[in-house]
Amino acid sequence: MVPLSWYLMLAAGLFVIGMFTFLIRRNVIMMLISLELMLNAVNIMLIAASHYMQDIRGQILAFFVMAGAAAGVAVGLALLIAAFRNKENANMDEFTLLKG
Amino acid sequence: MLPEIFFGYFACAILGLALLTVTRRNLVHSVLWMLLLFLHIACLYLFLNAEFLAVIQVIVYAGAILVLFLFLVMLLNLREEHEARRFVCAWQGRIATCLLLLMVVAVSLYKATVQPTGGYTIDFINRIGHTKVLGTVLFNQYILPFLMTALVLFVPMVAAIVLAMKEKKR
Amino acid sequence: MEFAIALLKTVIFVVVVFGVTLLHVAYATYFERKVIGRMQGRLGPIEVGYRGLLQPFADMVKSLFKEDIIPSDADRTLFFIAPIIVVASVMTSLAVIPFFNNGAIADLNIGVLFIFAMASLAVYGIIIAGWSSNSKYSFIGGIRSAAQVISYEIAMGISLAGVFLMAGSLNLNDIVLAQREQPLGMYAVLQAIGFVVFVISAFAETNRTPFDLPEAETELVAGYLTEYSGFRYALFFLAEYISMYIMASMITLCYLGGWALPGFLVRLVPILELVPGIVWFLIKVYAFMFFYFWVRATLPRYRFDQLMAIGWKILIPVSIINIVITAGVKRWLMG
Repeated sequence: MVPLSWYLMLAAGLFVIGMFTFLIRRNVIMMLISLELMLNAVNIMLIAASHYMQDIRGQILAFFVMAGAAAGVAVGLALLIAAFRNKENANMDEFTLLKG
Repeated sequence: MLPEIFFGYFACAILGLALLTVTRRNLVHSVLWMLLLFLHIACLYLFLNAEFLAVIQVIVYAGAILVLFLFLVMLLNLREEHEARRFVCAWQGRIATCLLLLMVVAVSLYKATVQPTGGYTIDFINRIGHTKVLGTVLFNQYILPFLMTALVLFVPMVAAIVLAMKEKKR
Repeated sequence: MEFAIALLKTVIFVVVVFGVTLLHVAYATYFERKVIGRMQGRLGPIEVGYRGLLQPFADMVKSLFKEDIIPSDADRTLFFIAPIIVVASVMTSLAVIPFFNNGAIADLNIGVLFIFAMASLAVYGIIIAGWSSNSKYSFIGGIRSAAQVISYEIAMGISLAGVFLMAGSLNLNDIVLAQREQPLGMYAVLQAIGFVVFVISAFAETNRTPFDLPEAETELVAGYLTEYSGFRYALFFLAEYISMYIMASMITLCYLGGWALPGFLVRLVPILELVPGIVWFLIKVYAFMFFYFWVRATLPRYRFDQLMAIGWKILIPVSIINIVITAGVKRWLMG
């Protein structure tokens, strides 16, 4: 049996990769992709912990996280279409129209 | 021995695919590497005796969310343009934050062990069937979050249609 | 040692299923042309071999010897892997189909969802094929085909939920066994609404008439397949026919009683028990493939916006009503 800490470290690594991308690459699609990576890392951690603690609630929460992630991506992509309709590239740092 | 080898492959593959995903210039390639990543994560869930969640991972993430990404990238012809030079660019702070987080999490989780507390042993789940166990707990104890999730999925569906609709010219 | 023997048995089973499926696909193309020909008042292929029976081999040789053209600005890697994704994901679904009692290569407890997942993955091959061909017709055809497939997947899944409610299991073998005591040994009688919805969705999932606008020759040349020639085109074709077989197998297993006979028939004529289950399975699958060919010869095709309207505005509400009725009846009438 693989020790639990290995799963947790894997999930932590994936989460940090996602967070790093979110902060560095400012293209909107890459930010949404990195968001998905972070959510999947959390899912791995939840399901692994639920398996080793023999408690089913981690998997229930992972189920809800999957549903929430799907909803979030849908709205994010719709916002991408609406906000960047007349721009040539989808760079988040150029969206500064409301800056004082 | 064999479980460690399998887990080692999946762990290296998942981290490697994640790195490949985030470093591609071409967004279509990036999304396709992410598809492979999700398939590997689904196999990892199979290791953890969560077969229903593995299949749901493939159907929801790989089969629906990524298709949405792919449609967007292709239809809007989003390319990775070279970025304009920003006046204030604080990339050192961002890298430092991420590395700090990684060190904190790695050090704290390195020796993590848990005691089995619940009653849902592997044999129990295998005997009854993972889908049935999840369904029983979900619909009996967590019915309220389930109904709220239905709302959480419905509202973005309407919102996405409204947001992406073109305005009718008068 | 026992592990090695079990492994060997599984490998032999896999090779047999693979070979038999390829033969079935080859002859499905032949029988399609024969059936459609007869329905249109002409003979089908009659030249090659006795009554044209070697036609599939002639087609195969032709497609192998065609020149392999790759468009100039196409993304080569994606162009290569698109047919592979479609064929691989569709063939993997063959592993969970029980051809006789306990006779699937992999008896998964979530067998139906696995087929569903593999159907979701096949969409990628279509999108990538359309995109990497670097041609407007291919791209539009690919996007349309992918949008059609993912729209009708929803209606398919929801209508199958009625079957799950009645059978109480996601395991395909258990679903077949649970149908023995139903009227006529089929869920198609009690789940008639779900059956009709699933059949229509099966036509749309496999891009067959009347939903074959993305690959119709008069509309978009050949849709996402335009730039593919030779063996790659044959791979897409192979994937489409195997997908038709998978859908036909799903319909026989979930709605038509699978490899089992109705309970009352077995009690009436006990000698029918001796016939191996796979014979009944194949009869039902062939009947449904004939229905596929029959519809292709008969019906005109839908325009794309009509197609999407049917999928979203008609089939999904109808299948939801089906679940509500099934769940209500099961809860309050059958205890």
